[in-house]
Amino acid sequence: MSYSKPNFKEKYGNFINGEFVDPMDGTYFENTSPIDNTLIAHYPRSKQADVDHAVAAANAAKDAWGNTSAAARAALLNKVADIIEANLEEFALVETCDNGKPIRETMNADIPLAIDHWRYFAAVIRAEEGSATELDEHTLSMNIKEPLGVIAQIIPWNFPLLMLSWKLPPALAAGNCVILKPAEQTPSSATLLMEKIAEVFPPGVVNIIHGFGPEAGKPLASHTGVNKVAFTGETTTGQLIMQYASKNLNPVTMELGGKSPNIFFNSVMDEDDAFLDKAIEGAVLFAFNQGEVCTCPSRLLVQEDIYDEFMERVIARTKAIVQNNPYDSSCMVGAQASNDQYEKILSYIKIGKEEGAKVLIGGQASKLEGAFANGFYIQPTILEGHNKMRVFQEEIFGPVVCVTKFKDEAEALEIANDTLYGLGAGVWTRDAHQLYQIPRAIKAGRVWVNCYHAYPAHAPFGGYKKSGFGRENHLMMMNYYRQTKNMLISYDKNKLGFF
Amino acid sequence: MKMERVAITEEAVALVRQLQEQHGELIFHQSGGCCDGSSPMIFEKGDMYLDDSDILLGQIAGVNYYMNQDQFEYWKHTHLTVAITKGRGSSFSLEIPLGYRFMIHSRLLNDEENAALNK
Repeated sequence: MSYSKPNFKEKYGNFINGEFVDPMDGTYFENTSPIDNTLIAHYPRSKQADVDHAVAAANAAKDAWGNTSAAARAALLNKVADIIEANLEEFALVETCDNGKPIRETMNADIPLAIDHWRYFAAVIRAEEGSATELDEHTLSMNIKEPLGVIAQIIPWNFPLLMLSWKLPPALAAGNCVILKPAEQTPSSATLLMEKIAEVFPPGVVNIIHGFGPEAGKPLASHTGVNKVAFTGETTTGQLIMQYASKNLNPVTMELGGKSPNIFFNSVMDEDDAFLDKAIEGAVLFAFNQGEVCTCPSRLLVQEDIYDEFMERVIARTKAIVQNNPYDSSCMVGAQASNDQYEKILSYIKIGKEEGAKVLIGGQASKLEGAFANGFYIQPTILEGHNKMRVFQEEIFGPVVCVTKFKDEAEALEIANDTLYGLGAGVWTRDAHQLYQIPRAIKAGRVWVNCYHAYPAHAPFGGYKKSGFGRENHLMMMNYYRQTKNMLISYDKNKLGFF
Repeated sequence: MKMERVAITEEAVALVRQLQEQHGELIFHQSGGCCDGSSPMIFEKGDMYLDDSDILLGQIAGVNYYMNQDQFEYWKHTHLTVAITKGRGSSFSLEIPLGYRFMIHSRLLNDEENAALNK
């Protein structure tokens, strides 16, 4: 089945206080599709004044919203999920157009997962309770969770609607108002969502601001009218946001990427069965979403005694990847999200080769025909080398995996943990001891065991080390958007006796 | 021959000059991690808090180039050239509104450079 580029308006506004508004200084930027490098639409190039407007709207709305019942908030979150679901194909097409990822991925992963995250947080707030402890026979300590107030969220371009759906629902469910800034490469699905749900929330509860990092992102992250900043992106911006937050003494949560090891022990090849087939696919998942995933399994660690045989199958499976028109449901790997990413990936492949890495497959740009000749396509690439090479240490954010061998468990762990980051990891084995002990010894926030790249709501996700902190996709994220009111109540009629 | 860890292309110098006129004194900081990570970021001097954990790699077009020491450990055997490409990053780097993105091209330090720089 093949689709085509969806229709867009010529330009869009920011969504502030329940309506679309033009940027105050009237400036817009052009947003293009990486599939064929054609124009999508013009989006606001917001500045401080637009951010001030959104922050003021959110502050005006926060008291009333913070006092709504959990039942009322849950109903609205569910409504958003229903609206996205009813328009799934439209969202999927817009997402594919804006980001470059294959339509089969947006139809089956991005959008369905986004829907489920809204439903998960709607459900969670109906079930959770506060706590109370009787400290002694006259004293009750009661903990009530209160919203922080106004939240700033800055999200990346690799899963635009899904990242929005990881961040918005827990903040709203917790009773906060939000100003969210989508990445400037991918403003479209957030805008489409606001068009569809414009009437769902009271004005000011959800606000979307478009624009560039230095002009709109920085004023938002450093705004004194904001009570918390949540960010997904890279380390330098993460540090800057924490710095700005420190001026306001605001809490932050950070998801800053990784260089995730995907470890295959020799027992995976004990049988030639469905599990081995799954394991081979697990190794090839480096190419999922063009490698533009914070948890991309970009370091492949294979036990030396199965290395040759295992890699032969991984290479064959990689060779079978279909890279064509992302609007066609046969496409498995689409376009990189932007020209600068494309150039960066190629420059990494080059330094990898210079450092002595051997190209096992791919290693260059992928030239598509016709309208797609202007898009940004890279061949799925496997580089063989060692863990001290820069391609093993830096997040390439492309369909590039670096493979190396290990001798035993100790060496596998040494290599796996020799990284600045600790977001994801994969462990594949038929050995019952390994499948518990190895994940426990890996310094990462999410270890997939005999699977990879699953992101269900209800399983907490977040980083160790320089990958950041905070745990999304789970009830525990609510507490990063709340503060605890402790009421300490005395039922004792007698005075202390001090004065 | 003067040994250096970091260089810059002529096109990138022109962009730096333009940003200097707009913003005054600048610094480069090499990012790592997700999304736009692994790209150089350019900020107004004083915007980013720097301390002993940030290694000064050199100065290009009058702009100091820093990298966190942990990251430097993995990068120190390579020479970096700052270049530009059309595109749009999503960080706070100042060139983004101009429709360009700084990027780096890397090569291995040769033996002579390595001996001088990584004693």
